[in-house]
This record gives sequence, C-alpha cells and structure tokens, in this order.
Amino acid sequence: MIENRPFVTFVSHVVLILGIVIIAFPIWVTFVAASHDAVRMTQVPLPLLPGGHFFENLVSALTKGVGNAREQSVGLMLMNSLIMALMIAVGKIAISLLSAFAIVYFRFPFRMMFFWMIFITLMLPVEVRIIPTFQVVANLGMLNNYWGLSIPLIASATATFMFRQVFLTIPDELLEAARIDGAGPMRFFKDILLPMSRTNIAALFVILFIYGWNQYLWPLLITTDKSMYTIVMGIKSMLEAAEESPEWHLIMMSSLLALLPPVMVVVFMQSLFVKGLTETEK
Amino acid sequence: MAEILLADVYKSYGKTEVIHGVDWHIEDSEFVVIVGPSGCGKSTLLRMIAGLETITNGEISIGGRVVNDLEPAQRDIAMVFQNYALYPHMSVYNNMAYGLKIKGVPKAEIDQRVREAADRLEIGEYLGRSPRQLSGGQRQRVAMGRAIVRKPSVFLFDEPLSNLDAKLRVQMRLEIKKLQERLGITSVYVTHDQVEAMTLGHRLMILNDGYVEQLGTPIEIYENPLTKFVAGFIGSPSMNFIETRLEEDATTVKFSHKTSFRLAGSYPQFKGRNVSIGIRPEHFFFAPDNPEAIPFRAEVVEHLGADTLLHGTVDEGESELIVRFNGISTVTQGETVPVYIDPANIHIFDAQNGKRLEVE
Repeated sequence: MIENRPFVTFVSHVVLILGIVIIAFPIWVTFVAASHDAVRMTQVPLPLLPGGHFFENLVSALTKGVGNAREQSVGLMLMNSLIMALMIAVGKIAISLLSAFAIVYFRFPFRMMFFWMIFITLMLPVEVRIIPTFQVVANLGMLNNYWGLSIPLIASATATFMFRQVFLTIPDELLEAARIDGAGPMRFFKDILLPMSRTNIAALFVILFIYGWNQYLWPLLITTDKSMYTIVMGIKSMLEAAEESPEWHLIMMSSLLALLPPVMVVVFMQSLFVKGLTETEK
Repeated sequence: MAEILLADVYKSYGKTEVIHGVDWHIEDSEFVVIVGPSGCGKSTLLRMIAGLETITNGEISIGGRVVNDLEPAQRDIAMVFQNYALYPHMSVYNNMAYGLKIKGVPKAEIDQRVREAADRLEIGEYLGRSPRQLSGGQRQRVAMGRAIVRKPSVFLFDEPLSNLDAKLRVQMRLEIKKLQERLGITSVYVTHDQVEAMTLGHRLMILNDGYVEQLGTPIEIYENPLTKFVAGFIGSPSMNFIETRLEEDATTVKFSHKTSFRLAGSYPQFKGRNVSIGIRPEHFFFAPDNPEAIPFRAEVVEHLGADTLLHGTVDEGESELIVRFNGISTVTQGETVPVYIDPANIHIFDAQNGKRLEVE
C-alpha cells in the first residue's frame, strides 16, 4: 500500500526517531562517560557531552586493567571473549552441520530416535544442568581453560534443527546427480551441501557468535583464574573494587569495547545474514 | 556403447510390489522409450538401471556386466533429470566438469571435453554463468552437456522435457533424437508423453501399473496394440471404444440398437462374448455413398487447422465418438454425417481382460 499523506509520514517519522533516540541514549551515555576523567565522573550531574580524555582512557583500559580485575587488561579479556565466542560459534556450526547431515541423508537404525533426543536437549539449557555440567567439566580438568569455556556450550539442537530444514529443501535429484557423478557422501557434503548452505551458515554464525560473546553465568562459574576472565563477566568484577569508588570512566570504556566485536560481526555479515534467514530458493 | 539386459526385474517397497517382472534386451546404440501414465513405475525402472534404486529381484546388466551391486558412478551411465538437477552454486562449466574432476581426469582433457560438448549443444557462451541465470531450455542443454562430457556407454533420460514449454519441447525433442543418432549411445528415455515416445524411440515399452503391456516399434504398437490399455494410451486424440457384444455370426458387432457393423474377420471362438471395439478417430472417413455408413451426429466441432475434430454420437446419444477429418471440414454443429471405417482398421478387445482378440 502506498500512501501519500504528509501528516502520517511526519508522525511515523517522529515515532521512529523517538525509538532510535531511546535505544541510542544509553550508548551515548556510555560513550560520553568513557571520554571523561575519573574526577568528573564522580560529580553530579552526569555529563551529557563528550570530554577530552577518550584516547587516554582507551589506552589505560586496554593495557592496565580496571578495578578488581586490575591484574588483567581489558585487551586480554576481549581476547578471551573472542576466542570463546569463536570456538562456540564454529563448534556449534560444525557439529550441527554433521549431525543434520547424518539425520537427513543416512538411513540408520533409530534415526528418528536420535533426532528427537537431540531435539529434547532444547529443554536442558546450561542454566538447568549447570551443577552436573560443572562436575563433568571439573573432572575432565577443563576448569580455567578455553575448552571448559566453550565445549559445554557447543551442542546445539537449534542449529541442528535449522540445518535439517535447510537440507530438506535441497532437491533429492541433486544428491542423485552427485551420486552419478561419482561423489561419495563426504564429497557431496563438501562440494554441494556446504556451498548451498553458505548463507544459512553465515546467519547462524552471527547469532551464535553473539550468543557466545554474551555468556555470563557459565564463565563466571568455571573461571577462577583472572587470566581467563571474559569481558562480560570482567566488567561486572570491575565494579567490585574494594575500598574505592568504581572507576566509571574506565568501566564505560570497557563496555564500549565489549560492544564492538558483535556489532562488527553484524555489520560485516549483514547481507549474508538477511539472505540466510529469508532466502528460500535453492 | 553397450547393450542393456533386464532379466526378470522386480521391485517392491516393503510388501508393495511396484515392478512385476520386466524382461528386456536393449540393443547397443538403440534408443528405447519407457512410456506409461504417472505412477506406472517407469521412473522407478529407469532409476533401477541408474542404480539410484535397489533391485529387489532379478538382474540388470550393462555391456555384459551385472550391475546390481554397483554404485551409479561405476555403471558408466549418465542421467538427465526432469528438473535438470544442476548444482546451483557452480558455474555451467563446473557443472559439466564436476563428474570428470571426481574421476581424476586431467585438467586439460576436462577443459577440452567440456568445450567440445558445449559447442555441440551451443552453450559455449554460457559456460561462465550460473544455472539460475539461464532459461529452462538452456538449463536443459547444460544438463545434457553434463551427461555428454562423461562419454558414458548409456544415457538415461527421466522426463527431460516436461518442464519446457510446448514449442521448446518439440525443438529439444528433435535435438535429442539427432544427438543420439550422431553419438550412437544406447539411450533409455522415460516419458508419459506419447508423442515423445512415438517420435523418439526405436522401440517402446508400454508400462502400466508395473506390468509390461507391450514392447515394440512405435508403428507396431500403433497398428497392432495388444491390449485395450495400449490402444487407448497411444494415439491422440485417443482411440474410441465401444462396449458391445460379438453377435452369434461371429463377425458383426452392434454400434447401437439400430446400427451394426461387420468386422474384417470372423472370431467364432469368441461369439456371444462382450467385447470392446476400438477405432482411431483418424480412421473414420466421410462416406456419403456407402450403404453401410454409420450416421454420426456432430455435437462439438473443433477446428485445429490441419484437421478437424468432431465430438458426437451415433443414434441419439448411444456410443460417443471422436472423429477426425483431415483439413478444415465443413461439417457444422448438429449435422449428421455418414462416416465409414475400413474394417481392417478396427481393433477388437476382450471386454473382461482387455486382451486383443485375434482372428482364428
């Protein structure tokens, strides 16, 4: 429907702009706070215009660390988060692709039972099974390392299910054509299935990367060594500085840095992301 | 180059048997067509030759080698699918080269073979494009190109023209025929379209519900259908059938309560039996002077240009018939015309089992 009523256009624009302002305001405050010095941040009212200490704060946060997490620089925490998020995203995609491949293309006994078993794990997120999972991870000696941070979060019924749906839309004739061309199962997987689910993989990567990046509870539980802190839980621990007021300017700078990687992933993969979720033609 | 031998081939899914014993010897360089209505098992049979379906019972050999337990890739075949089944993410070139790459053919030879096939099919300029940028006809050519580059000993076609529009279908049909003649590769072609079957095949297999109804050349099948099913399936518009009874004299049948007709031969062993007589629409002719002519009342007149189809009845609505006259007929709707059939062109089938009755 195409309408040409200036008043409606005006009102809808106002509403949309208002929405953006509401969403953007906290980010603006974060940015402003990250650009003042410690003294200004303890005074009321809080500043709403940027100050002149942005780069100073940036260097300080990246290299020296903040508050209770003083020993660890924000740079290291970012690196930890990045490694964890990448391991989770890549691991989830790899495992889901293979399990969906098995479920869709192979006839083995109890195939549907396995499918439903995978599906049922949707009812058991980390929060529900946190104590047994912790026990297992501890027994395997994976506390305080990247494996412990990522492996328990890798299994994913959602991604398996999604890839199953993607594979089901791929016509059987393609498999048959590949068989006649002499492609074995793994060759078919690599040459046909993977390239054809490229956009879906990209879309899932965006979602899973952000999921991994935002993990808070699990890293909090299994990392006691400060060198393994991730940024999301690191920011929280910065607030718990003993006997001094929180260094808000540096905390805000860290928050700002923590925002960057997910935003970058979304920005760079946006077109693939949208295609992966909307494209149906195979 | 290879002959294909089907020996007592059966296929069942669980307890449901879908192919009930097929025996066929397809000669080297022969172009055969398996034709039948949808669901008759023709694609299943082709896929069994291809190795995409297992063979429940019996034996299939290609070029003297039993292929029952061989993977499709080992059977030295190439297949063209109805929906083309091109790899959508690969260029036309890679689509054609993929099978050769897997086989480990040297790059230079792949390149030469792909370009040769592309030239032959006039798709040379599209080699760099992706399949989705091509029209249906071009995709069909690519699919055939993919089959040709492999230099197989057998081509299998699974309704390759069904997705094309009418004009293109005729053109591609001709090209497939020429291509097969030039390459001389044994080909099995599956279709539900009897025109394709008649024009392409050296020999046809008419399949119905998993049973072979008839094997033979197109002309044999057209002139001498062994069952009522074959008679009705081949020919367009399809054969007229009149359910009646063979009179006691064993040589006349009734068209209606008033009109009867004398057959060419005598069938004493079948007298008194219920029969179906089959007459092709094109075998009627206008016969004003023949005393034995049948009064045919045209109810609908269809002008096709090259000929005219008359839908109508004999004797006040008994026995509905389609009559086909050459050229543009002057018969108008509602008019009754005397028509006659050469008795030699009448087919007679047992009404019970549909088998052709032979003159004793």
